[in-house]
Amino acid sequence: MIRSRSFISWVGAEMTSAPADLLSTTALTDPQPLVIAGREFRSRLMVGTGKYASNAQMIEAIEASGAEVVTVAVRRVDLDRSKDEAILHHLDPDNFFLLANTAGCYSASEAIRYARLARAAGFNEWVKLEVIGDQQTLLPDSEGLLQATLTLVDEGFKVMAYTNDDLVTALKLEDAGAVAVMPLASPIGSGLGMLNPYAIRTIKQRLSVPVIVDAGVGTASDACIVMEQGVDGILMNTGIAGAQDPVRMAAAMRSAVEAGRHAYLAGRMPRREIAVPSSPTTGMLGS
Amino acid sequence: MMGTEVFEAEIALTVNGADRRIPSGWTLADLLSSVELDPRVVVVERNGQILRDRSSFASLALAADDSLEIVHFVGGG
Repeated sequence: MIRSRSFISWVGAEMTSAPADLLSTTALTDPQPLVIAGREFRSRLMVGTGKYASNAQMIEAIEASGAEVVTVAVRRVDLDRSKDEAILHHLDPDNFFLLANTAGCYSASEAIRYARLARAAGFNEWVKLEVIGDQQTLLPDSEGLLQATLTLVDEGFKVMAYTNDDLVTALKLEDAGAVAVMPLASPIGSGLGMLNPYAIRTIKQRLSVPVIVDAGVGTASDACIVMEQGVDGILMNTGIAGAQDPVRMAAAMRSAVEAGRHAYLAGRMPRREIAVPSSPTTGMLGS
Repeated sequence: MMGTEVFEAEIALTVNGADRRIPSGWTLADLLSSVELDPRVVVVERNGQILRDRSSFASLALAADDSLEIVHFVGGG
């Protein structure tokens, strides 16, 4: 499937069989599917549902992304225009895993209230916990986050904690019982890509719970580089919804997450400061 | 929602931060129905308490000065 037609006609049928085996879906299956709190997920890409031009475009983009986990926010019903806003009128909860967030909450108590409301919707006891500490950067409030995690875990929530790329905070969240820790690549909605690969790698190496990078991915190469650090998955929203063609970008992100995962599993070649020829240095004319 | 010529008794309460007057005796189900809301896609908090049992909406009589928060899932990251 990868080789061109002209190449196949040159080498003959018997030589195409071996590469075909290597490229089979079995060979490329991820040996460790993503499992969080004992639940297996079919995609390492999780997507948000905000900022789309229309609900139809959102649904098309989510389908193109291949994501199973889809985040939603909890907000007051606009009593005059309720039918337009309710995402459950557009998104079939049987086809996706709804992960409610506590976006927009600036204190532990506020985030806890939103999480309880989300659980009462009756889908699951999972929450993507956000406690924001600064309006301009939307960076997390680590103290509030930790406090809310402890309370919600105690109440039986499965907490996926959106945090900064600080190892010590990530370790504390794991100790507090978070089922996944979600360090940012860069600030929410910034599209700046991964600012600190060392920090992300270190968090992944030190934590036992899954590490899902959340926020900051701006294009497919960003997603690929994040996955190449060995993290368990990525959650993104604006990277897809903010593209000129969100549906095409969703497909690109899906490929990038898979490519990055395979590259991580494959193990990259060592970096060298000098060139090493790929072609034989012997057999040159005139030697 | 309400006309100016209302003969039945009314009560005043707060819904999603806004003052609202409804006929006395209305249940939560009546209120949701009046704003065309499907109870299955909303969560209601009454005076700080989440109402977990949707089947109770039809029998839950609203009282004067109740504070209701009616929320649902919207698009978000």
